[in-house]
Amino acid sequence: MSLEPLVRAPAADADVLLRRVHVLDPRAGIDAPHDVLVRGGVVAEIGTPGGLEAAEGVEVVDGEGLHLFPGFVDPHVHLRTPGQEYKEDLETGTRSAAAGGYCAVVAMPNTSPVVDSSSLLGSLRDLASRLARIPVGFTAAITLGLEGKHLTEMNELRQAGAVGFTDDGRPVTDAGVLRKAIQYQRLCGGVIALHEEDPSLSAGGSMREGTVSARLGIAGVPWLSESTMVARDAALAGYEDGRLHFQHLSCVASVDALRAAKAQGFKVSGEASPHHLCLTHEAVRDLNTSMKMNPPLGFEEDRKALIEGVRDGTIETIATDHAPHARDEKEMPFEQAPMGTTGLESAFAAVYSELVKPGILPLATVVDRLIGGAALMELPTPTVAVGARANLCLVDLEREWTVGADGYESKSGNCCFDGRSFHGRVLMTVADGAVAYRERSFAVHAA
Amino acid sequence: MRHLLSIEDLDRTGIERLCDRAASFAEVADRPIKKVPALRGRTVLNLFYESSTRTRSSFELAAKRLSADVVNFAASGSSVEKGESLRDTVQTLAAHRPHAIVVRTPWAGASKLITQWTDAAIVNAGDGQHEHPTQALLDIYTLRSRLGSLDGLNVWVVGDVRHSRVARSLVLGLQTMGAKVTVCGPPTLVPSDIAVLGCEVRYTLDDLPEADVVYALRMQNERMKEAYVPSLREYAAAYQISARRLGARQLLMHPGPVNRGVELAGDVVDGPQSLILDQVRAGVLVRMAVLYEVLASGGGPTSPPDGRRGRGGRTGGPDSNTPQELHPA
Repeated sequence: MSLEPLVRAPAADADVLLRRVHVLDPRAGIDAPHDVLVRGGVVAEIGTPGGLEAAEGVEVVDGEGLHLFPGFVDPHVHLRTPGQEYKEDLETGTRSAAAGGYCAVVAMPNTSPVVDSSSLLGSLRDLASRLARIPVGFTAAITLGLEGKHLTEMNELRQAGAVGFTDDGRPVTDAGVLRKAIQYQRLCGGVIALHEEDPSLSAGGSMREGTVSARLGIAGVPWLSESTMVARDAALAGYEDGRLHFQHLSCVASVDALRAAKAQGFKVSGEASPHHLCLTHEAVRDLNTSMKMNPPLGFEEDRKALIEGVRDGTIETIATDHAPHARDEKEMPFEQAPMGTTGLESAFAAVYSELVKPGILPLATVVDRLIGGAALMELPTPTVAVGARANLCLVDLEREWTVGADGYESKSGNCCFDGRSFHGRVLMTVADGAVAYRERSFAVHAA
Repeated sequence: MRHLLSIEDLDRTGIERLCDRAASFAEVADRPIKKVPALRGRTVLNLFYESSTRTRSSFELAAKRLSADVVNFAASGSSVEKGESLRDTVQTLAAHRPHAIVVRTPWAGASKLITQWTDAAIVNAGDGQHEHPTQALLDIYTLRSRLGSLDGLNVWVVGDVRHSRVARSLVLGLQTMGAKVTVCGPPTLVPSDIAVLGCEVRYTLDDLPEADVVYALRMQNERMKEAYVPSLREYAAAYQISARRLGARQLLMHPGPVNRGVELAGDVVDGPQSLILDQVRAGVLVRMAVLYEVLASGGGPTSPPDGRRGRGGRTGGPDSNTPQELHPA
């Protein structure tokens, strides 16, 4: 690939001293209190707690009791640009990401028009270089118009900066088409990310098929609509020795299929969303349209299998599938409402409160999976290391807050966790060397 | 009762109270002038997003017999066809300050959603494949009138359960009244998870003789976007209720409209065991009782909780003329 994969608007390099923060960087093997000095946007020094002095002009943050993680990377967000800027744009979407502790996000191409030509991709990157608060990578479609028929000019798209390829929102139903994409991947590289769904099984469904859908009389999507496709495409990955990534997994059988494919040495990876890790189809019972997403919320056993997948590394990353929709689009009867929930601002707090605090997953695992998306997208993994560009996320784990109570940085408020009280508040995010977010009540003490 | 959205809004006492009230209205239907002034000055809006003959006309008759003013709003030929959202339609109509809105939509939960947008009392006249509580109430009323009690009654609900809002409300309502319910149909039309309602699930009519009441559902061809049975001929061969299959002591019900020759053979529709016309008559009485309960009997609109929903509160107090005073049963 000839271009830098990530783009953002120019921003001033940070000069900040984070004192007495508990640094947790699972991939660098750090889990202890330190002083961290950032000079000119680069991690200049990591010292003993209280041991570093700030030069003039360096902002000093008292990090006593706070945690410092590498900035999170979300391989799966919808920034709705071009075409649906009333839902989200590059500025609000990246502001929302920064507020969630993210230092990079990867945008999906199911926009209007679809990102399936290098000229469109180029103009998007250009726009991001003026608007994006944090670095953004753009994926391109696998097939023209997401129609599942003709491959896009993958090689040219790749040269124009496509991080990878996906028809997200839709499956590549035709195995022969996907096979050709995987073959072409040998030429152009770039991960192929798949939304797995067999439309002949899922057609018309608005929620997971099960006891709740039976009670509500709402057409259901059976879980095997996803898992049969994961199994099929894992076999394709193996046959063609291709690199596939399975998006937003939602059921036991999909996790099993992924695990089995990995055991065979296939180059496959998977992601799980905070909502599939924290909620089940029971949440749909009162027909709150923020609970309508694709794939739909599953059963408790699915949730447990996803958690187990995250724990054992079968699922390498937690990805939000941040999918903003305007208020009037979601103020509809459930069956009419569009699918999707926002997630960037609540992801860490939800997973921390629901899975780490009760002792289900270790904090280090969750942090690892929140930065894990970078490697899957062939992007540099953020790390707290001397000499590295500063990609940092400062979090107060004890701070309790209510999702949506102070509004959202995102343009849209269709968050499935809206109104929930969580622990774990992102106070500051440094992305690619620049301060991208400060929580509004977070005090700044200049030296 | 503020709204009637689901049959689960009512416990056994509530259902019995509504049936008793419906019975007290029965006499009105026999008068030369079939009208009582119980809801005089109240406005009932029929908001129908789906075609309906019997439910809409029966709500209309019910409201008129209680002297309410009735406005019918059908989605076809309206602003809905111009792309107006449900919320905008409801808020536009609600600006005319109806006291009650009777809603039918093709979407589950829509009537509940509407309660957020207006302070009118909402009566669910069918929301998608979710619920149709007044149908269940009229069915219970019909059986109660005929049999006295539903305790221990064995009811088989036969046919297209998957697409049936009637079935969902009916199964729950019958069980609340002490009946035992079995649903039966081809597996493509009876989701196995339907047992979550508490009913038994069968795929053949072999044990139909154990039923006291056979409730046949309509084949909802209009809701089927694909073929759920290979042919109606085969369906009829396996599941049609005919004189041959219907035992002498069994009662027959159907929510209408009947597909003669499909779920029911013509002979049983008109036969002596058929309660189908009793159901239709019960429809008006039960809907009178429901409208009366949500509007006159201490319920009905109150002051809106915030300014968004319109100015001031209406006098929501009960009309002094209760039907009991006017028409002692």
